[in-house]
Amino acid sequence: MTTIEQNLPGQAAPEAISERQRLLRFLRAELKPRGPLLTPFNVISGLVILATAVILGFRFAYGLGAVSNLTQEQPWGLWKGFNVITGVAFAGGAYVMVFLVHVLRLQRYRPIVRVTILNGLLAYVFYAGALVLDLGRPWNVINPVIGNDFGLSSVLFLVAWHFMLYMIAAAVEFSPAVAEWLGMKRLRRILSAMTLGAVILGISLSMLHQSGLGALYLMAKPKIQPLWYSEFVPIQFLVSSVFAGLSMVILEGTISRRVFRARASAAYHFSQERILVGLSRICAGSMFVYMFLQTVVFVHGRDWRYMGGGWGAWFLLENLGFVAVPCALYVLAWRRRNTRLARIASVMALFGIVLNRLNVSVVAFMPHAAVRYVPSWMEVVVTLGVISAQIWVFRWVVNRMPVLDAEPAWKRERKEEPTAAERPADRLLVKEN
Amino acid sequence: MTPREDELDDRREPVTNCDRRGFLRVLGAAGAGLALTPAAMAQAEAEGDPYGVLVDTTMCMGCQTCTKVCAEGHGLPAPEEVCRSDTTTTQLSVVDSYTFPEERVEMGGVFVKRQCMHCLQPACASACLTKALLKTDEGPVVWRGSKCMGCRYCMLSCPFGMPKFEYDSPNPRIQKCDMCADRLAEGQPPRCVENCPAGALTFGRRSELIEEAHRRIAEAPDDYYHHIYGEREAGGTSWLYLAKVPFEELGFPKEVETESYPAMTKEFLYGVPVVLTLVPPLLLGISKAVASERPEGGAAR
Ligand code: SF4
Ligand code: SF4
Repeated sequence: MTTIEQNLPGQAAPEAISERQRLLRFLRAELKPRGPLLTPFNVISGLVILATAVILGFRFAYGLGAVSNLTQEQPWGLWKGFNVITGVAFAGGAYVMVFLVHVLRLQRYRPIVRVTILNGLLAYVFYAGALVLDLGRPWNVINPVIGNDFGLSSVLFLVAWHFMLYMIAAAVEFSPAVAEWLGMKRLRRILSAMTLGAVILGISLSMLHQSGLGALYLMAKPKIQPLWYSEFVPIQFLVSSVFAGLSMVILEGTISRRVFRARASAAYHFSQERILVGLSRICAGSMFVYMFLQTVVFVHGRDWRYMGGGWGAWFLLENLGFVAVPCALYVLAWRRRNTRLARIASVMALFGIVLNRLNVSVVAFMPHAAVRYVPSWMEVVVTLGVISAQIWVFRWVVNRMPVLDAEPAWKRERKEEPTAAERPADRLLVKEN
Repeated sequence: MTPREDELDDRREPVTNCDRRGFLRVLGAAGAGLALTPAAMAQAEAEGDPYGVLVDTTMCMGCQTCTKVCAEGHGLPAPEEVCRSDTTTTQLSVVDSYTFPEERVEMGGVFVKRQCMHCLQPACASACLTKALLKTDEGPVVWRGSKCMGCRYCMLSCPFGMPKFEYDSPNPRIQKCDMCADRLAEGQPPRCVENCPAGALTFGRRSELIEEAHRRIAEAPDDYYHHIYGEREAGGTSWLYLAKVPFEELGFPKEVETESYPAMTKEFLYGVPVVLTLVPPLLLGISKAVASERPEGGAAR
């Protein structure tokens, strides 16, 4: 706390007030909500979060069976399949983006790197955190950390550890923004110096746990419809996390650009087109690699045997409709520098990822089970509640910390009260949702 | 025995045995001149030869005695006297029934007792991130509540779908046959084996059971389908089965590989340290190379 700089934004700094008090007062002011409270988005998402809390109460009081439709044959349902397996793929943008900006030092993408890291960090905190909700005996969650037996042969052990370490790495990557927000210049310098290390660690960990999520299903060989199983699942998951993450960056950028218009720096607005075109190109490339892999796996596994009937059609829909088509759209977006096409492609690609991850984990899992698993409405509500909570925190952070504007906060003139410019931001978010 | 969760503790952990085996290996490597006594060799071998049970379905008459004594012995509610094809959280051992035309099977019926197979290299134990499920040297695969966090990855991984989860409890357990590990520790066979009136279950060292099974097939080749289920399935299991008809017709999952399930994740797990040692220096190298090319765009300004 001794490193707090004197010149907190907008404060006259009378000598009587200590550094600590000033910081507390600043935090208190920042904690207050900005903008109108009773917007449709706030009301709906608030209700969903409330319902989630009630459902989770039931879940912890009466067991998982009270709220979910999980069966003995389908032990992992929507919470793992969507929140964790799909959500983490969507968060893949963070590691790709830091690779572009901090390793390859492509300045073009710098304006969006912070918001991407923030998104990734929150996704891990909330979605991987949702994993705990799904644990039957969550009080033992600490066991694999404190060494009450390390299951070193377990893929899940590895994924869990990598989640934790990655969250730390992502937090370090994002921490300079927090330091700027608090006006702690010296701390910021220290944290910034750690960025490259965190970035390198984060990329390595991401590669491993993105593929690890696929590797979780390696032993489920007899249980997954063969079209969705191969020993290359880990690599497919890794490659698809590249375009899943970047498509999310494109979509999130599209929304943020409108909702947080006032928060964003000029550089952010100015570079939108270049960024989108560049990202489209990377997405198209990685999707091409992915399709190539899929083809190799398909031929290698002689999978055409399974192509007759509904499963074959479903497989084609996923891979042609929501990989090949968005890939082509991305190519067009890049060649014609068309950001609209890029946005359409991103939505389609994201949908394709949802399909793929849910197919592996739920739809094509135990297709012959006596009782097919269909998530209960409560599972759906909790899933939405987790997403809503993440959006709330994201909005809170973006509205306060220098995320979209890479400029240090203390350089800007800032008033105590929420600026008028910030209010329309919330109102716009309502329209979006 | 009632394996109320937290009571099954670490006492079964085969630490000493592991150490001994490791020690033997070291000895072996240390000098070829240092010959082990035959007795020591035999003992070392016995350790790699867990206990198992041979289920001869041609002798089973479907009386359900095993189900009853199992429930009693594990403090579970008395089971209904019906055949079921799958175990549940309260019925760790079930008897399944199949009907066939008389000319194929005498009396037209086959009964199959089902429970955890106690694989030699269990998918469940290798999946478990806290080693809550553990293959003991004696043979049983046991569950330890003080370790388990209820992630249910074991259920996802087990090719036989044996671990069952108490979804309706706020303090749920993973339930599956533990091969009466408490009795095995005292040198006694599992309850089901001891009480089977038809003699359909045989308890012994796995290698002996395989020999016995081969002997039965050789003695009455017309009475048996010539295959011992569990000899190679899932890399080999401690429980072994004999039957008159092909095993697929008796509800044994036909997709189960002969390869051990943990082996399927080996390559991935071996890749991890490789990636962690090679990728960071590579990234650092790229970053430095780019920085010297374009010094103005430092990563951390
Ligand atoms: S049958 Fe399933 S539960 Fe039993 S030891 Fe094998 S993998 Fe584990
Ligand atoms: S549910 Fe328990 S026993 Fe099964 S893998 Fe998870 S921690 Fe291990």
